[in-house]
Amino acid sequence: MGHGAGGRASAQLIEELFLAAFDNEWLRQGNDQASFAAPLGRMVMATDAHVVSPLFFPGGDIGCLSVHGTINDVAMSGAQPLYLSASFIIEEGFPLSELKRIVDSMAQASRAAGVPIITGDTKVVERGKGDGVFITTTGVGVIPPGIVIDGAGARPGDAIFVSGTVGDHGVAIMSKRESLTFETEIRSDTAALHGLVAHMLAAVPAIHVLRDPTRGGLATTLNEIAKQSGVGMELDEAAIPIASQVDAACEFLGLDPLYVANEGKLMAICAPESAELLLSTMRSHPLGINAARIGTVTDDPHGFVQMRTRFGGRRMVDWLSGEQLPRIC
Amino acid sequence: MKYIDEFRDSNIAQKIADRICAEVDPARQYSFMEFCGGHTHAIARYGVSELLPANVRMIHGPGCPVCVLPIGRIDHALTLALERNVIVCTYGDTMRVPASGGMSLIKAKARGGDIRMVYSASDALRIAQENPDREVVFFAIGFETTTPPTALVIRNAQACGLANFSVLCCHVLTPSAITHIFESPEVREYGTIPIDGFIGPAHVSIVIGSQPYVQFVEQYRKPVVIAGFEPLDVMQAILMLIRQVNEGRSDVENEFARAVTAHGNVTAQALVSEVFELRPSFEWRGLGEVPYSALRIRPMFARFDAERRYDLVYKPVPDNKACECGAILRGVKKPTDCKIFGTVCTPENPMGSCMVSSEGACAAHYSYGRFKDSAVVIA
Repeated sequence: MGHGAGGRASAQLIEELFLAAFDNEWLRQGNDQASFAAPLGRMVMATDAHVVSPLFFPGGDIGCLSVHGTINDVAMSGAQPLYLSASFIIEEGFPLSELKRIVDSMAQASRAAGVPIITGDTKVVERGKGDGVFITTTGVGVIPPGIVIDGAGARPGDAIFVSGTVGDHGVAIMSKRESLTFETEIRSDTAALHGLVAHMLAAVPAIHVLRDPTRGGLATTLNEIAKQSGVGMELDEAAIPIASQVDAACEFLGLDPLYVANEGKLMAICAPESAELLLSTMRSHPLGINAARIGTVTDDPHGFVQMRTRFGGRRMVDWLSGEQLPRIC
Repeated sequence: MKYIDEFRDSNIAQKIADRICAEVDPARQYSFMEFCGGHTHAIARYGVSELLPANVRMIHGPGCPVCVLPIGRIDHALTLALERNVIVCTYGDTMRVPASGGMSLIKAKARGGDIRMVYSASDALRIAQENPDREVVFFAIGFETTTPPTALVIRNAQACGLANFSVLCCHVLTPSAITHIFESPEVREYGTIPIDGFIGPAHVSIVIGSQPYVQFVEQYRKPVVIAGFEPLDVMQAILMLIRQVNEGRSDVENEFARAVTAHGNVTAQALVSEVFELRPSFEWRGLGEVPYSALRIRPMFARFDAERRYDLVYKPVPDNKACECGAILRGVKKPTDCKIFGTVCTPENPMGSCMVSSEGACAAHYSYGRFKDSAVVIA
């Protein structure tokens, strides 16, 4: 508990672990806040609390996830992310070696993304009152002039895209859950998407909607956009990219991959005349190789997301109600 | 996915759909009941009804394990979790089934009840072994498909002398439910449900075989086609039923021959009869008390019977008055005939059990098919 009490132990933890890993000019000043010059233009701010079990999973850990998640939330406005803050709630007795692994992973993710962590905080809670470690990150960014991306921006006739295979992150996590271990080579897709976004906006500045389909998966994100924009959608099931291992795991577990979480994918909507250019641009970026056009925005006052099934029928892709629970039969 | 995609092939689906169209008699209506929730789910998820002509109607039957679980049984599980400090292990979609007083297992979990979702009965056994200082109860529900695994864990628990494990047995039997539907006044007397034939269960039939259905076709003169849970299985079974109706036949046919034999899994059947015996009567949600329709644990395994161990006395609890689940489970009404469908009763806040599992007739229609209830303009 001493590490969170604000005394010498806290200072030591901050200096030896966090400062050493995140090292940058703002943290080195040792103030309770970071001051930086604000660029001109519209600023964006997003925050995300990260709780994940298990903390380490194939393809990532809570550390890089907490960096990518917030960068992506900022980037989905079209903004260039600039700075991050990070706060840690650590359960008493959590092994320092694991904390170091997590912090190093955050530092690496933040450096690779070019978005420094410039301020932070640490608290320690009694044993049993936390689940190892919780990390909240906040990010700020600036939107380039002329870019207007909004969840309410979808228009009938617009084309809908996804940047790659869906459900990878959720299946990677599930495969390591205590109650449900199974063998798979699927790795979390956790990645910072601001580079892909900038690449897309350079080709098609008039993208209408961008969103990362995290919790609740692609289906939930599409329903959110349909509601916000007051439109319907018509998807083509055969066009939605799903890795065969993810498909098989979901089949086995009785889950629908469209509702499984992603951490390194985005969904984009643009006018039909820009559709081909946007798709080829996405595919020319390393994080968009498997991008696909998956459907069309429709005029529907009910806001229904419908799908032509691969089987040749038609059904709705509804909001997820509560958690996705496996069927018994 | 190998061995699965083959059964979801749209080209073959279209060919079967063309055959169905060519063979139906346009002058008559065909009404078939798919007994299993697994079939209901496949029909809704793959959009099978889109491929059927307008005069072929599918009626969703009561074969959804969580849908027919009566409130009183879930109340038992809730009592164990909240008042007896027991770890209750349960299959996934049982978590949301509404019980008395607006409760459910998922809400009980939020109130601190130690309720754990498991994928198999043996996971519950493992939890008991890992927690020797806690009592662990497996809430065993389902038809003949899930019964043999429950029998196996009870036998294993006895073999290793596990003292902290028991089973709340709510296993039910398919043949008695089908008889109950055939015997219902709506089918037998009034003819308000014109059932022309049945799509017989998939996984259940792997265990019990195709033989048990022979008595139905002889007694009630309705064709039964046993079908797998893949959408092409369902399409093919519908075509086979149409042919039987057109030819005036009532036979048991087996579309799911890749898995179902005449006598089923005899080893599993023996295991089940070693551990379980018939209950004289059991309440089904929607169907009421159905004689000899469920199983209980034999006296020689009494120490693993949670009903005995915790002196649980069954109290029937009526469903919400406005809820039409009963009539829907018997095929008398459609989900959209219910006044609270989609308004008060939604998957987020299910009033009746048919809205809980995606195998339930109401949840399947709400989640996959309700766009058909209103005219939609496609841009």
